[in-house]
Amino acid sequence: MIGVDTIAAVATGMGNSGIGIIRVSGEEAFSIIKKIFKKHGGKEWSTDDTYRAHYGYIYDEDELLDEVLILLMKGPHSYTAEDTVEIDCHGSVLMMKRILETVIKYGARPAQPGEFTKRAFLNGRIDLSQAEAVMDIINAKNRYALKSSVSQLRGKVSQRIKSLREKVIYEIAYIESALDDPEHISLEGYPEILENKLEDMIREVKELLDSSDTGRVMTEGVRTVILGKPNAGKSSLMNVLAGAEKAIVTDIAGTTRDTLEEQIQLEGINLNIVDTAGIRDTDDVVEQIGVSRAKSAAKEADLIIYVVDASVPLDENDEHIIEMIKERKAIVLLNKSDLETVVDRKELEERTGQAVVVASAKEETGIHDLEEAVKTMFYDGKIDFNDQIYITNVRHKTALKESYESFMMVKKSIEDGMPEDFYSIDLMNAYEMLGSIIGEAVEEDLVNEIFAKFCTGK
Amino acid sequence: MPYLEESYDIVVVGAGHAGCEAALACARLGLETIMFTVSVDSIALMPCNPNVGGSSKGHLVRELDALGGEMGKNIDKTFIQSKMLNESKGPAVHSLRAQADKQDYTREMRKTLENTNHLTIRQAEVSEIMTKEGKITGVKTFSGAVYHSRAVILATGTYLNARCIYGDVSNPTGPNGLQAATHLTDSLKANGVEMFRFKTGTPARVDKRSIDFSKMEEQRGDKKIVPFSFSTDPDRVQKEQVSCWLTYTNEKTHEIIRANLDRSPLFSGAIEGTGPRYCPSIEDKVVKFPDKERHQVFIEPEGLYTNEMYLGGMSSSLPEDVQHAMYKTVPGLEHVRIVRNAYAIEYDCINSRQLKATLEFKNIEGLFSGGQFNGSSGYEEAAVQGFMAGVNAAMKVKGREQYVLDRSQAYIGVLIDDLVTKENHEPYRMMTSRAEYRLLLRQDNADLRLRGIGHEIGLVSDEEYERAVQKEKDIEREVERLEHANIGASKRVQEFLERHGSTPLKTGATLAELVRRPELDYFMLTEIDDKMPELPEDTAEQVNINIKYEGYIRRQKQQVAQFKKLEAKKLDVNFDYSSVNSLRKEAVQKLNLYKPMSIGQASRISGVSPADISVLLVHLEQLRHKGL
Repeated sequence: MIGVDTIAAVATGMGNSGIGIIRVSGEEAFSIIKKIFKKHGGKEWSTDDTYRAHYGYIYDEDELLDEVLILLMKGPHSYTAEDTVEIDCHGSVLMMKRILETVIKYGARPAQPGEFTKRAFLNGRIDLSQAEAVMDIINAKNRYALKSSVSQLRGKVSQRIKSLREKVIYEIAYIESALDDPEHISLEGYPEILENKLEDMIREVKELLDSSDTGRVMTEGVRTVILGKPNAGKSSLMNVLAGAEKAIVTDIAGTTRDTLEEQIQLEGINLNIVDTAGIRDTDDVVEQIGVSRAKSAAKEADLIIYVVDASVPLDENDEHIIEMIKERKAIVLLNKSDLETVVDRKELEERTGQAVVVASAKEETGIHDLEEAVKTMFYDGKIDFNDQIYITNVRHKTALKESYESFMMVKKSIEDGMPEDFYSIDLMNAYEMLGSIIGEAVEEDLVNEIFAKFCTGK
Repeated sequence: MPYLEESYDIVVVGAGHAGCEAALACARLGLETIMFTVSVDSIALMPCNPNVGGSSKGHLVRELDALGGEMGKNIDKTFIQSKMLNESKGPAVHSLRAQADKQDYTREMRKTLENTNHLTIRQAEVSEIMTKEGKITGVKTFSGAVYHSRAVILATGTYLNARCIYGDVSNPTGPNGLQAATHLTDSLKANGVEMFRFKTGTPARVDKRSIDFSKMEEQRGDKKIVPFSFSTDPDRVQKEQVSCWLTYTNEKTHEIIRANLDRSPLFSGAIEGTGPRYCPSIEDKVVKFPDKERHQVFIEPEGLYTNEMYLGGMSSSLPEDVQHAMYKTVPGLEHVRIVRNAYAIEYDCINSRQLKATLEFKNIEGLFSGGQFNGSSGYEEAAVQGFMAGVNAAMKVKGREQYVLDRSQAYIGVLIDDLVTKENHEPYRMMTSRAEYRLLLRQDNADLRLRGIGHEIGLVSDEEYERAVQKEKDIEREVERLEHANIGASKRVQEFLERHGSTPLKTGATLAELVRRPELDYFMLTEIDDKMPELPEDTAEQVNINIKYEGYIRRQKQQVAQFKKLEAKKLDVNFDYSSVNSLRKEAVQKLNLYKPMSIGQASRISGVSPADISVLLVHLEQLRHKGL
């Protein structure tokens, strides 16, 4: 948590921009870069050569990753006052992630939200008067990260991790209750049993790890939510944007009863689009659930696209939505411009206080304008989107890797005929790591499990 | 009207396992100490199980001994059977347990107390603590006598407003029918102390002559006895031992219990206190684990000169007639005669959150406490707290720095840290799984870990300390030698390896590498290592462990280094956390409730997140710059 261990993070925003910067800080920053950077033309170089850009390539073992510029700063003359390396690479999200992961593989760990700032402060680089601000940054960033960490984790993944953790804690509790009460609970023949169960655990973590690369663990990107009253054309818009018939489109109001998700790339910006049920007062229970999900999705959104049906007058449902998007980052899409228009664009602009784009999802007109509007907001930095997600994803992956390694250690201990009490040390580590992904600490879990599952005690 | 005014440095209330250690520590440090008990005949009484030690509890006793406590020495004098538990498992979980002759244990401890200078024993019920401006000034007894003192240590065990219960019988007594202490709770409450009500229980004692041992499995002691105390000569404890016996409950037993559950005060609601989950009554076990066909019953002697036997595993608060019926269903107990009934006992204790890690009350200066009064359970847990409370009270009176063992130094540290940092809803028992650095906190190296501290406190003699220092040097030197001693693939070595089922060497290896092989150990090397020095057995054992588990030990040492950094960052226990704006509300509440002594302790409070800790670190730095 504190001290000299080496941390790394992407220092630039995680949109697909021109240049990305990976920052590495701590005692091992120089030795890590020495291992993964080769200077152009194979020239010799030294980490003593600081405050000068070195041009060359980042390698992960033999694999060439990217052409980069690196800059070394010797502590205390750096932002954090520790040895610091900045890697300027190509700004694609995938490349930044790949390089970050490589740095971590060679000994750094993913920085906690606000950790560079914290270190800068603790090492006396930031003026004392800014202490309050530093604490606020740490607080805000963590809150944001936590929110993203949980909300971005796909439901199934978090379920799988939970059930894996339950299996792990059961085994630990079994071992521990036998150690605490050897006369009641015997470990005879247990290593073989655990070895079998371990195979399943290892397979499960491996699967999770593999899927973390293909983005199935986390949804990444600007969380964009499409809102509008029923039949305003939200699903049509989503389909146009996604380029496929994902949402069911009919002209019956209230067709989308749940939320649908789709990831699209808009000129380098990852949009994670959520189509929601239309918002209106309804007695239909199923639809009500959809409506309340839409509302909560809107709350977590980085960007809201509010779709207005231009062919019918604004009603109380619209009023309701207009209230919701006030002071939010939003774009208003005046849809169905192919039909006779009864909603005035100017008036809508005034009432919502947001930019209005005229379009027809059905005719696919005005879509380009919408894309431009999103891009403008993004590159002007108006969308305060959650770039912590990428970092969180790397952090999750690191945690998965570590739990995988812990399981492998248990396997080795069993093969080596180590005593059983050693198993639970590594199992506990795996349990902790898995917990960090779904935001759960260890606390009294083990003691509770022992007493709940095993009859021990005098 | 107060009629007797006496002055002491230290007052100890209670003469159980906590009280005895507290009083001895203080008196041995030269402070005038008075110890109160409701009955001088029940000093160091073992009102429940007739043994000392066991998994992780054995660790506590060894640590206590290394620091200069008495329990280890006393059990070495009075044990009648001894066992090293978990011997087939790793060294970290080996644990000593000895059956005690209860009367002998009590008598020996009393003898030690009575022959300690500066120590006065007094039979009286302390009914009030006296304070002035948030500081302790002494105690008052029920009879009105006043004893002034500079520190008071409360070790009232299970005696405060105690109630013993079985069936619909409820006696307002302490354990074993001894007089309860019924006044002190009110005085504590009046001084702002928050009280809890806990519960525990004990099984029946039965007449040995009514037991048919032929239907039971005999449980013998170890052939080679390891003493508890590092000061006890192992040769002097090799003696004849008595056996314990194992039998089992069965479906019939469980039927009787189930049929009478409505008469159990536990299930009828007559017992309000919270019981310990690890020491459940037999009715608890039957209800909670309905699929279990049988439960173990250990028949343990209460001493050499009594026929009373303890029925381990069958504590209960069922009515007397049900007790008779259920015990008689157990093979070997068909004709059993009960001497003393099983019962549950309820008592007042404190919410231990109110204590500092020194075991001094946060809001009453000079008031310390230890043992079951703090919400723990077990003789060993009580003894170590009593000792630490005694040491710190003495340090306070002497104006010396107090001692807090941390989680990386001792089980004692884990125990006390848990008590003062975590929410405790049941009598707390030590468990090896609670110690995160247990590979380092072994019972075999308690002397190496703690002799130095005991010596510095002043309760370990120079000679005992020097022995530990020498041992450490010997271990280091020998480990160093083994790590560097190369051995070739000679015929003698290959034959040795073959003999022990180990792969032959292709090239040379160090001796340490051989020790690390699962099928070999240090002791076997005598066959091929001509340069092996003659070391005492416990020293050789340390060499073996240090080399064999080197990888794991190194990892834990790294973790400890990280841990120590946060422990070293001290927090002001009077600080108001609501003044730090960036802390989350929950964190502010918890921090204000617990008032941790260090960032490390703060990080262990449930509800305080890593981000809150970062905020605190920045805040601390801010204070430091301001020179506060």
